[in-house]
Amino acid sequence: MENAKVLCITVASGKGGTGKTTVATSLALSLASQENVLFLDCDVEAPNGHLFLKPQVEVEKKAVILIPHIDMEKCILCGKCVEVCQFHALAEIGKSIMVFPQLCHGCGSCAWHCSSKAIKEIHNPIGILEAGLTQEGIRFAHGVLTISEPLTTPIIRQLKKWQNAETVSVIIRDAPPGASCSVVETLRGADFALLITEPTPFGLHDLKQVIGILQDMKIPGGVIVNRDGIGDSQVDQFLLQNHIPIMMRIPYSTKIASAISSGNTLLDVSSNYGLEFQALFQRIKKCVMEKEAC
Amino acid sequence: MLNQANHIKQLVILSGKGGTGKTSISAAIADLAYSSQKQVHAVMVDADVDAANLSLVLQPKISETREFWGGSVAEIDKSKCIGCDLCKSLCRYDAIIPYADGSNTYFVDPIACDGCAACVYSCASEAIRMIPQQEGNWFHSQTGYGDLFHAELFPGKENSGKLVTLIKQNARLWAEDTQASLLVVDGPPGIGCPVISTCAGADLGLIVTEPSVAAIHDYKRILNLLRHFKIPVIVCINKSDIYPDGVENIRQYSSSQGIEILGEIPYDEHITQAMVQGKPVTNKYPKSSASRVIQEIWDKIVYRLSK
Repeated sequence: MENAKVLCITVASGKGGTGKTTVATSLALSLASQENVLFLDCDVEAPNGHLFLKPQVEVEKKAVILIPHIDMEKCILCGKCVEVCQFHALAEIGKSIMVFPQLCHGCGSCAWHCSSKAIKEIHNPIGILEAGLTQEGIRFAHGVLTISEPLTTPIIRQLKKWQNAETVSVIIRDAPPGASCSVVETLRGADFALLITEPTPFGLHDLKQVIGILQDMKIPGGVIVNRDGIGDSQVDQFLLQNHIPIMMRIPYSTKIASAISSGNTLLDVSSNYGLEFQALFQRIKKCVMEKEAC
Repeated sequence: MLNQANHIKQLVILSGKGGTGKTSISAAIADLAYSSQKQVHAVMVDADVDAANLSLVLQPKISETREFWGGSVAEIDKSKCIGCDLCKSLCRYDAIIPYADGSNTYFVDPIACDGCAACVYSCASEAIRMIPQQEGNWFHSQTGYGDLFHAELFPGKENSGKLVTLIKQNARLWAEDTQASLLVVDGPPGIGCPVISTCAGADLGLIVTEPSVAAIHDYKRILNLLRHFKIPVIVCINKSDIYPDGVENIRQYSSSQGIEILGEIPYDEHITQAMVQGKPVTNKYPKSSASRVIQEIWDKIVYRLSK
């Protein structure tokens, strides 16, 4: 845990469109009256949490990586920076060193290893961070990747560090889809992973990928089956066989589908969901305190 | 005509938001292209390498498996580490962690390591080296709907963009050798690294959106990315009857941007049922409402690509 009083839950799924944001925003709203909630939308490529929580954006900050700037007056063309860069972001061309910002990971190795101190690191903005409060008092922050920039993990890393969590009791992180490095970064430091799936072959295949990550990272988790009733029973069978608990089922209904489509949450569909998510939260809390894989 | 193999066209299927139906529509396109092969000979690519689902519908027989070695991660030789702390102070990924055994030495968390090797070059006692990582596998397969190039990135790994580039290159070579006329690339969600690799060299981008506030928000982002790369764009709306106001928003926005909507596919349970049975919807339920609209969309795509 990041601090003894804070519980951090990451909502992930593998497959896209299974209802991560629906669950994450509904959970946040359900807890808003009893906890100090910080909501972090870590899907920086396609951030949608703000469409449901509708925060008033109060602060904004650039998300940056540090990229090298070469002072050719000082550069002795020794080639050390080109040698140490693992990402081919530097190249010696004629009598100068070229920098390719979109290949740079911002690791700083080139600057550190330059013996003639010809490399200065400058800020290269790759996105923005925005934060504010919602009407219900949820503290909200998200990162937005700039169009045509490839790197997402530095933005997620900066977003996680940006908001002071001192007065917060619950952090809810909404993860991007998939099962690659950006999902790992969103899960890093979380106490619990809430995995959202749908009962279809696609849902199951991608759920297994994320469960693989949780096992590597030793993060406890549980599953919510969304759109219950469509597809087949393979997800249920898999979870049963692997002793992974189903913590909630959300049925498929056109009423829910159209509510979510119009920017509402599950709490707008039925107030019962508020109580269900509060109970779910208590179960997660117990899980984390007893250090049991739920 | 598309069967003139002087230039292999590339159709990429994207959405921004996940779960809008890219893969179900890609599978249907594989089926429609295959059944009209005199007109279009397509090679399929699943570029969503960390949530690869196209093979679940196309049921491939794998004929070739290759390992994908992406990046490397650092490893510290404990016996050589003198605990000087320099690597830890240089690492920007919080990947260097002290052993808890009081030995004043460090190890690398392979999940956190970005592979930059700053530590390797800085270690005076030469205690650190880079260990290459197999980050996945890629496959060339035969399906009942033609050739498929696909991959599996191991859970949690990086370099998905590199893997996408690799399978696309191999698919293109195969298409050239077999005089195919079209690459159909089922893309990943989002707009970042693997999506940018998916876009490389594309002739036409099909955006699959749906009438929800989230999908419309992300439609605008992927549209701007495709425009950045100067790739012509067409759109189809999936699950078009779940929220009529949303459809109206998409129509107005698309029209204001000069983007043609090729078709509106209603929510149709046949799509999920076909997926469960491992078949493209157009193959299993050709008369379903979804199949009919997808057929119209496909005919318009062929017309667009032939011009």
